[in-house]
Amino acid sequence: MTTPLISLKNVTKSYSGMIALSGINIDTYPGEIHCLLGDNGAGKSTLIKIMSGVVQPTSGEVYWKDKSVHFKSPKEAQDLGIGTVHQDVGLIPMMSVARNFFLANEPTKGWGPFRRIDHSKAREISISRIKSMGVSREIAADQLVGTMSGGERQAIAISRAVYFGARFLILDEPTAALGVKESSVVIDLVKQTKSTGTGILLITHNATHALSVGDRFTVLTQGQVVDQFKRGERTREQLLDLMSGGVKVESVLNGR
Amino acid sequence: MELGYLLRQTWFGAFLAAIFVYIFFAFFGGANGFTSIGGTAGWLNTAAELGIIAVPIGLLMIAGEFDLSTGSVVGAASIIVAMCTSFFGFPVIVGIFLALAMGVGVGLFNAALVHKTSVPSFIVTLATNFIVAGTALALSRVLSGSSTVSIPDAGWAEVVFATRWNQMYISIIWWIAATALATWVLKATPFGNWIFAIGGSNDSAQRAGVPIWRVKRLLYVWTGVSAALVGVMTAIQFNQGNAVAGQSYVFQTAIAAVIGGVLLTGGFGSVIGVVFGCIIYGTITIGLFYTGWPTDWSQAFIGSLLVVAVLANNAIRDFALKSKN
Repeated sequence: MTTPLISLKNVTKSYSGMIALSGINIDTYPGEIHCLLGDNGAGKSTLIKIMSGVVQPTSGEVYWKDKSVHFKSPKEAQDLGIGTVHQDVGLIPMMSVARNFFLANEPTKGWGPFRRIDHSKAREISISRIKSMGVSREIAADQLVGTMSGGERQAIAISRAVYFGARFLILDEPTAALGVKESSVVIDLVKQTKSTGTGILLITHNATHALSVGDRFTVLTQGQVVDQFKRGERTREQLLDLMSGGVKVESVLNGR
Repeated sequence: MELGYLLRQTWFGAFLAAIFVYIFFAFFGGANGFTSIGGTAGWLNTAAELGIIAVPIGLLMIAGEFDLSTGSVVGAASIIVAMCTSFFGFPVIVGIFLALAMGVGVGLFNAALVHKTSVPSFIVTLATNFIVAGTALALSRVLSGSSTVSIPDAGWAEVVFATRWNQMYISIIWWIAATALATWVLKATPFGNWIFAIGGSNDSAQRAGVPIWRVKRLLYVWTGVSAALVGVMTAIQFNQGNAVAGQSYVFQTAIAAVIGGVLLTGGFGSVIGVVFGCIIYGTITIGLFYTGWPTDWSQAFIGSLLVVAVLANNAIRDFALKSKN
């Protein structure tokens, strides 16, 4: 059996008495896409925050490769190889692709007061990395990120996280703000990233996207895991019912 | 270089405006000597002293913050130098050191206040401006009985800060040096990358690991020291310290930056644009003298230009975000 990347064991989180998560157990593996599903307010954000070191669990344990870890800051999680791509992707629209890619990790050359950004290296690496994600359109390293599509921005953010050592990627609703065509681009990006052996936690409330790429699934409702299963074990209808907390969604949608 | 590339550059509008304004005053003021050495020295000196402060103000504004306290730092620095040399009889180096240290102090104070209060820097630094100006005036009156103190002879400092060639002050050299340094920092260094990022999106920059408060603190210190330097320079050039001098810099520096293409909301701009902004300012204020028209118009002129500049900057930003490369 492969060693899991991040595991949560019996994790509970409460904010001043209000329980946001209780008794959560999750295992994630390299080269696998673990889909985290749930309606708004189900506790998805809290779970991401625990995994990325933004908050600490009230009780329970977080493991990284079977070792117990206590993140005091997001930086500690990042240093282990846990990358997070937020829904807004965290890029600066008014800056170029290359400058964004290396923000806060700029490659430099020269010595002492003459130390400067190695722009040609930054351009070269950023473009080759983004292309390796399978972005088809020709993109230039000096292009402003603000001129690019939502899918291309996800490609930059994901390839940046992987380049800077992410072995496990938390993707927070990467398709939420996107149209149908861009969403399928992003889903391809996620598959591509998985194929490099990176573990992925894909947060979504789109059951169709989840079923098309997920290897494992965890469904949250009101801070609790209501179901966990592997690829092929549930139908789309079952999944929708689970996400909505047991209500027969299809019948509601069909007006019956 | 194709036209589309130029149109997306933040400095290009300011460059065209500078040429237009210069030709305008050369035409209407040339006969009275605007294009002579004296006239040229006039607008260059004005642009230089403004520019030494406006260039770091431009960097700070690209990082999304304001500093409206520089005016009072100029006055305070000039009175510190004057008091130290003539009133207390210290060597001039002591006065210069204390004046620059005061600039550093005001910068640190601004950064701390903006950080701790989360109040927009526009207001915080305007408050600092009044605090520093009031303190400088009060202390000067208490100690010397006057708001202006003369400086008999500054010795070597005269050479460094007040040398003239054909009426052109050495401030022009200081301005060029400040411009070169700021251009290098903004374009070539990681620190410059962080300045753009902070102004573009404070949150994204922070999440990427940019030490945003370290960057802002250094920029506030930079503007403070630059203002103090101009205070020292003017004190030695005019052989006099004046506690209430410099208030015109409060808004002139920000205006020069905006006319030079720096986006009011931050994230976009260039050092060379700010330089053109200063040239435009210097040309208008000095050029009007040479036209023989009432100089009362100069503020109206600059106000109108400011509105045009803000609109143009927004248009350039939108154009840059629409074009593909």
